[in-house]
Amino acid sequence: MSARTLTINQTLVSAREGESVLEAARDAGITIPTLCHLDGLSEVGACRLCLVEVAGSSRLLPACRTTVSEGMQVQTDTPRLQEYRRAIVELLFAERNHVCAVCVASGHCDLQDLALHVGMTHVRYEYLAPSCAVDTSHPRFGIDHNRCVLCTRCVRACDEVEGVHTWDIAGRGVAARVITDLNVPWGEATSCTSCGKCLLACPTGAIFPRGSTVAEVQRDHSSITRIMTARGERW
Amino acid sequence: MERLKLATVWLGGCSGCHMSLLDLDEWLLELATVADLVYSPISDVKIFPSDVDLALVEGAVANDEHLELAHTIRRQTKTVVALGDCAVTGNVTALRNPLGSVRDVLQEVYINHGSPRAVVPDTSGIVPVLLDRVLPLHAVVPVDIFLPGCPPSAARIKGLIETLLAGKVPTEPVRFG
Ligand code: SF4
Ligand code: SF4
Ligand code: SF4
Ligand code: FES
Repeated sequence: MSARTLTINQTLVSAREGESVLEAARDAGITIPTLCHLDGLSEVGACRLCLVEVAGSSRLLPACRTTVSEGMQVQTDTPRLQEYRRAIVELLFAERNHVCAVCVASGHCDLQDLALHVGMTHVRYEYLAPSCAVDTSHPRFGIDHNRCVLCTRCVRACDEVEGVHTWDIAGRGVAARVITDLNVPWGEATSCTSCGKCLLACPTGAIFPRGSTVAEVQRDHSSITRIMTARGERW
Repeated sequence: MERLKLATVWLGGCSGCHMSLLDLDEWLLELATVADLVYSPISDVKIFPSDVDLALVEGAVANDEHLELAHTIRRQTKTVVALGDCAVTGNVTALRNPLGSVRDVLQEVYINHGSPRAVVPDTSGIVPVLLDRVLPLHAVVPVDIFLPGCPPSAARIKGLIETLLAGKVPTEPVRFG
């Protein structure tokens, strides 16, 4: 595989052909915030947190879905990007009901960490305060739609790692919700093997083990990566 | 040195943020050597004074009394701090918002979850009128500083007051929850 040379934030970086800008940046020690990305899963470019500026492109491009090319000039942390990222995080908080103080994931939540990272002090947008369901029909897990950011990490973990595809998304825009099977309660979704990989992948307090209380849900997202790496080595 | 005119306010919150403030224990005595507490739920002042330097505001804006007080605070205070998650985001106080308007909320609480013959009590003129939506403080008046946390730890409250007393701008990154 041939190498590509590009500049990221004025630093010369060499990357493998076919690699994403996100991977190249990481290899060079440059952090780009992400939310829908999870090592080991395919990229969907859903959250837009990883947007970067690429010279010659009038649009901002998601680093996770943009392939490196020779001579590419990338900026990952300009004032414009910082402002957009903060706005994106604020919009995520405004869209559902995030009450960290009483959330199972508080202290171990990617969204909460991102808020800190982008310097969110408060949400400038009006809270939508939608009425969202909490489904605890599954014997082991629950899904709280109040906390879901529609990153689809659960959908991809179930489909790509467990090979099942219990999860999907129904509806559009603010009405979109993750669903199990053909929009039946999770406990009735016969395809679910109860493997818990969606729980491992979920960045927020949306998917939780039943019976967990405030700040109790700690997951090791890298276990998804480990499974996928091991599989890659075997086959 | 000019003494700091400090106000602390309790809007729609659980008083936990004030408990955190009181957790500063003997440091409060130190604070009292440089600041006057001109308004607070722990003092016996009924009217928000004019010309306050620093107001620490706990709680969300949940009723008409909070709303009026929020405007008074803003008019009469140099630096307004949203203290704690309820003031910053609505937090626990705003948990009722997804239920709908005040009518819907009262219906849910008193009728749907009440005894079979329950009625919504008539409180007109007795207690402040609830707003249809619980709002964070900044949705009602401009806020100068946000100190999230539920409650923010005593150490963080102290850090903020010390920074402001030193005439500096607080820069500490803050976490919700
Ligand atoms: S999911 Fe994360 S950001 Fe949302 S309430 Fe829970 S801890 Fe807070
Ligand atoms: S349930 Fe979790 S993993 Fe699935 S889309 Fe929502 S936030 Fe993402
Ligand atoms: S932020 Fe937490 S501690 Fe402070 S008033 Fe609200 S619920 Fe109570
Ligand atoms: S991480 Fe790239 S769009 Fe979400």
